Amino acid sequence: MDEIIRIHELSKRYAGSDRYALKDLSISIRKGEIFGLLGPNGAGKTTLISTMCGMIKPSSGELWFDKLNYSQHGRTIQRQLGVVPQEYALYPTLTAAENLYYFGSLYGLSAVELTSRIAEGLQRVGLSEFAKKPIKTFSGGMQRRVNLLAGILHRPNVLFLDEPTVGVDVHSKEVIMALLHELNQQGTTIIYSSHHLNEAQHFCTRIAIIDAGRIVVEGKPDQLIASAPGATTLENVFIHHTGSQLRDYA
Amino acid sequence: MRKLLVSAYKEVLLLLRDWGGLAILFFMPAVLIVTITLIQESTFKAVGESSLPIILVDEDNGEIGHMVAGNLNESPNIQLVTEHEGKPIDETYARSLVSEGKYQIALIIPEGISKELNDKVNHNVDQILGEFALVDADSEPTEEKEWKTQEITIYFDPAAGQTFRNGVKSSIEQLLAKVEVRKIYDVFIDQMELEEDPGLLNGDIISFKETIAQKGNDGIIPNAVQHNVPAWILFGIFFIVVPLGINLVKEKNLGTYIRLRTSPVSYAIILGGKILTYTVICLIQFILMLMIAKYVFPLIGLIEFDPGGQFPLMLLIALVSGLAAIGLGILIGTIAETQEQSAPFGAIFVIILAALGGVWVPTFIMPEVMQKISAFSPMNWGISAFYDVILRNGSATDIARPLAYLLLFFTATLLAAILYDKRNKTS
Repeated sequence: MDEIIRIHELSKRYAGSDRYALKDLSISIRKGEIFGLLGPNGAGKTTLISTMCGMIKPSSGELWFDKLNYSQHGRTIQRQLGVVPQEYALYPTLTAAENLYYFGSLYGLSAVELTSRIAEGLQRVGLSEFAKKPIKTFSGGMQRRVNLLAGILHRPNVLFLDEPTVGVDVHSKEVIMALLHELNQQGTTIIYSSHHLNEAQHFCTRIAIIDAGRIVVEGKPDQLIASAPGATTLENVFIHHTGSQLRDYA
Repeated sequence: MRKLLVSAYKEVLLLLRDWGGLAILFFMPAVLIVTITLIQESTFKAVGESSLPIILVDEDNGEIGHMVAGNLNESPNIQLVTEHEGKPIDETYARSLVSEGKYQIALIIPEGISKELNDKVNHNVDQILGEFALVDADSEPTEEKEWKTQEITIYFDPAAGQTFRNGVKSSIEQLLAKVEVRKIYDVFIDQMELEEDPGLLNGDIISFKETIAQKGNDGIIPNAVQHNVPAWILFGIFFIVVPLGINLVKEKNLGTYIRLRTSPVSYAIILGGKILTYTVICLIQFILMLMIAKYVFPLIGLIEFDPGGQFPLMLLIALVSGLAAIGLGILIGTIAETQEQSAPFGAIFVIILAALGGVWVPTFIMPEVMQKISAFSPMNWGISAFYDVILRNGSATDIARPLAYLLLFFTATLLAAILYDKRNKTS
């Protein structure tokens, strides 16, 4: 498979901090993968995803998206990315349709195209009848589904997911996971970050465990389980590589 | 362009569904302009247009007392009071009525003042005429006498301000000077045994012509409303800083910021949508305040505010002032991390700018150091421009400098916000 994102010796140190959030990190993500990015709190997952989304600039190192360098083609690259943050990144007083229309417009979709994609998307996640209701009246699961739709309306080549199913009911989770599989089958590369290791084990085609700003191990879930002594689940692999101590940061 | 318009449309929707924000933007400035103008107008009336009750205790019962009472009675703005609840007022009672705040002023004419003044004037006139040998040869030579200065006491309400006290004191001094001159004049006529009054005191020899130094000939006569309306319009416009700051902070905290920052739009476009929306809001706010001043003021006893032919220039000032306020709101919203930081800071900062800018008290009565600081307040530039147009009948050229300052302020605050955001992105 062709590579879609390549990162070479990427480092990031925030202003005022004496430690590196990312240190000489290199990784390659291939087209059509569901790439899981796992790690303990403060390991550098969010920094890595934020850098890949173009939200923050690295201190050093190189990033390429489909052979385009981030520093020179930032806007072009961003058009091909979709981001679904862990927070409900929606305006509570706007309706579901208004939120989707606004975020879709930022990707240059025409009004006609948007209207049809919004209707189609809302139907796909079972929210057609709530299109004109304000987001603040939605349950957590409903908001998660709209949150996901807002990130995929423009049909991105790469979709970043940060805890896409956290705090949702089983039914909503089913709908979200099914939609993500469907998108992946249509060619969307998914970069997924979560603390749900069981979900990651079944959902991802390849996983990287990150700790202290470096990739400590990467591979297919079953390969990782096989390579860690005595491991039967991804959770065992995770503990094996990152240790058992608590990771609290303030 | 479409992204900009869609962003502006989103801002409009967000505002229309935020009743608290709408209240800050439209209702509060409307209440403010009516309340403050009413208060200031009534203060002006207290010393100007309405009648002011003054207690007069005439212990002299002579010519001076009658002349003072007569002159005060002639004044349409003064209501002479000599008894309270059917009880005649003496000096002790007058003092207690004033100290209780029932009256602001009491004037006490002491016993014997007329006789003392008569004697003094007669003596002095005799002496002067004697110098010119105009008095009868058989009249007795005048004796040198020790004259006692007579004191008229004025009691003031402790709550009366210094300016008010000075104004009243000066009017009474003027009145007494007139009485003295009249007395001297009458004695001269009498001593010189003139059969006919030459009429030297009929009409003023020197009079004042009060002219408002405006540019051109078609200026509006300034009044309290014309001072207040632009000042409070500007205050209302600058209060946009509060909801705009909250709007930006909310966006950051909601997570929508992440989505915006990862979408292929520049921060300038995101801000552009806000600038467009809030500029329109500033203009609506301006029109609303003008309509209140024009149509509501007369209904509540205030003078109607009519911008006349100066409306287009006023609109231009409101537009540029609005941009300056928006720039400040964006900067505060970009730097602040929580609503608890942005809302109080924005509100207090606007109040400080208003105080410095001359919204509360005119800059010319501020201490010198404050006047120098005031020159850096964008609200001062806005008020200067409004006053140039409304009170001085100025043209577009006259307001070019304050407008340029306001535009520079907008550019500087906007650039600072963009640079701060960029620095945060790279740090």
